[in-house]
Amino acid sequence: MIEIKDIYKTFGENEVLKGISAIFKPGKNNLIIGGSGSGKTTLLKCIVGLHDPTKGDVIFNGENFTDMDFEQRVPIRTQIGMLFQNSALFDSMTVEENIMFPLNLFTTQSKAEKLERANFCLERVNLVGKNKLYPSELSGGMKKRVGIARAISMQPKYLFVDEPNSGLDPKTSILIDELINELTEEYQITTVVVTHDMNSVMGIGDHILFLHQGKKWWEGSNKEIAHTDNKELNDFVFASKFMQAAKAKL
Amino acid sequence: MFQSLGKYILLLRLSFRKPEKFSVYWSEVMREMVSVGVGSLGIIAVISVFIGAVATIQTAFQLVSDFIPKTIVGGITRDSTILEFSPTISALVLAGRVGSSMASQIGTMRVTEQIDALEIMGVNAPGYLISPKIIAGVSMIPLLVIVSVILGLSGGYLACAASKEVSTADYVTGLTDGFNPLIVTVCAVKAIFFGFIITSICSYQGFYTDGGSLEVGQSATRGVVWSCIMILFVDLIISRLLL
Repeated sequence: MIEIKDIYKTFGENEVLKGISAIFKPGKNNLIIGGSGSGKTTLLKCIVGLHDPTKGDVIFNGENFTDMDFEQRVPIRTQIGMLFQNSALFDSMTVEENIMFPLNLFTTQSKAEKLERANFCLERVNLVGKNKLYPSELSGGMKKRVGIARAISMQPKYLFVDEPNSGLDPKTSILIDELINELTEEYQITTVVVTHDMNSVMGIGDHILFLHQGKKWWEGSNKEIAHTDNKELNDFVFASKFMQAAKAKL
Repeated sequence: MFQSLGKYILLLRLSFRKPEKFSVYWSEVMREMVSVGVGSLGIIAVISVFIGAVATIQTAFQLVSDFIPKTIVGGITRDSTILEFSPTISALVLAGRVGSSMASQIGTMRVTEQIDALEIMGVNAPGYLISPKIIAGVSMIPLLVIVSVILGLSGGYLACAASKEVSTADYVTGLTDGFNPLIVTVCAVKAIFFGFIITSICSYQGFYTDGGSLEVGQSATRGVVWSCIMILFVDLIISRLLL
């Protein structure tokens, strides 16, 4: 479980996050949604420690992550997997080396064991046999799947995903969403997804946090989102005619 | 200026924190050594031979007279090659070849979030990315400078063989006459410092790249420019202190 308490983040004069609190539970897809500039990526970066919050706490299973120094954070970080918007695969390494990289650094497994784990992760994301390819030889969807394989290689307790559907066609987007959902349920991972893709929101949004102007504006599930009377949320979710039509049918 | 200096020193401190796993870092050091050393051998060989030859021809042009022994051409070429041409010109060329490559490599990793990925995994990113480059620079650039000295003096020999101004026998005699081992020490000290300057400054510029591909190019340019300035400044300091 991850608990964020009263998170503020300021860049110079610009206050991006204004006192956000939430609890993200294991086995659930926790979605952070909001318009551009609402602070969702900044919030994600504060949670994983890429940014230090100006004020507030991030607590991983009772341990205050914000108060820890680099060395103290390492044991928690080895339990974190993250899929970046552009996958952030290491260009100089093959698919297999990318997946084995955290295993090489943080485990004492033999090479055969690490290879076995890498193959298992690749099988899990339906990329069997792509071990020796370099990131430059992969499509956008394949890169995302390798990113997920690398994120789950250390059997993480926490999975963070930044814009998993950006740059992908609708079919591949749904595949990626389904994969994240399966992994979350199967391994009871606490998953936090930053997205503005409405298919993801309606498809896998067990717990949704809507940010607006740096504040938590609404919190609920994908079942509740269609019936909310929150104006800003409705403007955001049902901005397109397609979504308005879909809402009218509900 | 002082803020940048502070950030540079802090980054160096982070770079030499205890590695997560020594074997992984060691393989990175080996990879960087091959990249810096073997990868730069060709360009260093070419410039060294030409610089040695040109230095010999120009020295001969200025000093050949009935009142000056011809062997002095060898002595002057030796001293100028060992003290200045090989370490400094090689370092300036390596700042362009090795430094820009390091800055753009790290800068690209920064803008494509690969450094963020390392940090989230719990890897000390400065240590993993920068310390192997500095170790490779400090160890391989002196070796390249030794190669450069040998090839530079050989270039001078070839220039003598090709021209009638100074005989090769006079040139070789000049190389050995009045040799002071201190110049080799100065050359080695310069090479070690230059190796550190090129790798650390260019890595720093790459690590703090902010933006996109345009900024990666700007970081590489800044890295090379600052490395060149610092190489010449440190060259002056070392020459003043040791000679």
